[in-house]
Amino acid sequence: MTNVRRRRVRRPGRLVAEIVTVVIAGLVAFPLYWMVLSAFKPAGEIQTADPKPWTFAPTLDSFTRVLTVSGFGRYFLNSLVVALAVVVLSLLLSFLSAVALTRFRFRGRTVLLVMILVAQMVPVEALTIPLFFLMRSVGAAVPAFGLNELGSLVLVHLAFSLPFAIWMLRGFVAAVPVELEEAAKLDGASRMRFTWQILFPLVAPGLVAVSVLAFIHAWNDFLFAKTFIISHTENQTLPQAILVFFKPEDTDWGAVMASSTLMTIPVLVFFVLVQRRLVGGLAGAVKG
Amino acid sequence: MAVGKTARGDGRAAVRYLLPAGILLAAILVYPIYQLVLISFYDYGQPQAAGAAPLEFLGLDNYAALVSDVQFWTVLAKTVGFAAVCVAGSLVVGTALAVLATRVRTVPRMLLFLAALGAWSTPAIAGSYVWLFLFDTDFGLVNEVLSGIGFSGMAHHSWTFDTYGAFGLVAAEVIWCSFPFVLVTMYAGIRAVPGEVLEAAALDGASTWRSTRSIVLPMVRPLLTIATIQSIIWDFKVFTQIYVMTNGGGVAGRNLVLNVYAYQQAFAGQDYGLGSAIGVVMTLLLLSITGLYVRTQRRAGQEGAAAWG
Repeated sequence: MTNVRRRRVRRPGRLVAEIVTVVIAGLVAFPLYWMVLSAFKPAGEIQTADPKPWTFAPTLDSFTRVLTVSGFGRYFLNSLVVALAVVVLSLLLSFLSAVALTRFRFRGRTVLLVMILVAQMVPVEALTIPLFFLMRSVGAAVPAFGLNELGSLVLVHLAFSLPFAIWMLRGFVAAVPVELEEAAKLDGASRMRFTWQILFPLVAPGLVAVSVLAFIHAWNDFLFAKTFIISHTENQTLPQAILVFFKPEDTDWGAVMASSTLMTIPVLVFFVLVQRRLVGGLAGAVKG
Repeated sequence: MAVGKTARGDGRAAVRYLLPAGILLAAILVYPIYQLVLISFYDYGQPQAAGAAPLEFLGLDNYAALVSDVQFWTVLAKTVGFAAVCVAGSLVVGTALAVLATRVRTVPRMLLFLAALGAWSTPAIAGSYVWLFLFDTDFGLVNEVLSGIGFSGMAHHSWTFDTYGAFGLVAAEVIWCSFPFVLVTMYAGIRAVPGEVLEAAALDGASTWRSTRSIVLPMVRPLLTIATIQSIIWDFKVFTQIYVMTNGGGVAGRNLVLNVYAYQQAFAGQDYGLGSAIGVVMTLLLLSITGLYVRTQRRAGQEGAAAWG
């Protein structure tokens, strides 16, 4: 990205704007601070009518409760497996589709493009009912993708992140000069080879943006995990792990905050790893 | 489109490239939409789902039941109102902060982006719990602070009890975790506007407001369109936050949105036909709102629509 320095270098209002910015940043970060703080507070300091925004006796008790009592590790692993599978598969599938829709000329291309556009607007949550029945019958034939199995979650999240991923990658693929393909062809590279060995690395920023959105989408899912994974509790994902501590009368807020913290870490790590490319990715998606 | 030798070769290659995604989308997206519409025409309860009773075709009866149901209209109105507040909120907050971010030095900007990245990373379910805890009746910091600074009536106030409080709280959480997308997108867009153009405009005597309106806005319109469409799509189908924060839609379903309503009718009430009808209504609503938005953008003669089709 080309960062163009703005002219306004010295303006009296800037210090005010900077103070406002820092205050807003603090407000935005506060729920996260509260989550982590509460996770480290000792039991007596969490459920009190007089909560303090600090603690002098940080403890890992809540984390210990979460990790030993609820099978949290298993749920965590399930969520991770589903999210990573969705990321990898959606990268591969959306990339191939984006290449075909951008660089190939064929009948029905415009129709397909419009369909993908519309597909992004379909409220997938509304499809919970037919998908529940679909997964039930799929499970009869291919058990790994049926109800109560992680495969069903992978399929659903994959299908839901594809339209946006394809749309986003199109811009990146289009931005690669056609001359490059012609040169590769002259050098005797096959189309497949050009696609994977030259084009794929060139659209990396787009792939990054796609993988972030796919990961968050799958990792956040509550509805489909709740609907599909009914009886095989060992195949549940993280949201259910937290529900254990959440009772109407006697909520273990320490454990809820500790598991929320643990659940946020992978997304945060993922974000930090790719954040430099993400901004360029989101901007590039529309430039092409 | 030219139908030559290459075109035919392209066609065959395109099929190979598109097939994996195509099969998946047909099976997991297109077919379920067809099924959704189909089920909505039937009396489809637990016996039918289990295959123990024959299906009875109802035609539009499920829809007639919805239209004559007072609760449906209430839920519909609440859904639209709630989504509108969330969309407007995340767009205004995100864009305003993007503009602010272009006017400050690196350190405050980095702090803002880090905070936004944190909010963005927080999974919906974790965010719901944290906000719920902050606003908890007995142990929440917000009640404590409010009563501490003199609003003694706020001690032990239940934020999730009445409809406005509950929806307000959920909307705040939704805006909190969805404005970062708008912020990052709009910031990238504003930074992509060439400084020379703005300089030239300033030399010609254009005010900041004038150059914002005539240069920056048209250039970021495609990104604004995407941010708006994404916000509409996300906020209309919020499920996790409403379900978790108002405990399945609140006492007597006071805090339902269409999504949760459909889920409750289908899986708790075991009326899949009615639930599907609600799903169809929701789909049509979302498609028409986004379609309408895209059309107005296109009519404005801007590139926004071009970026989308």
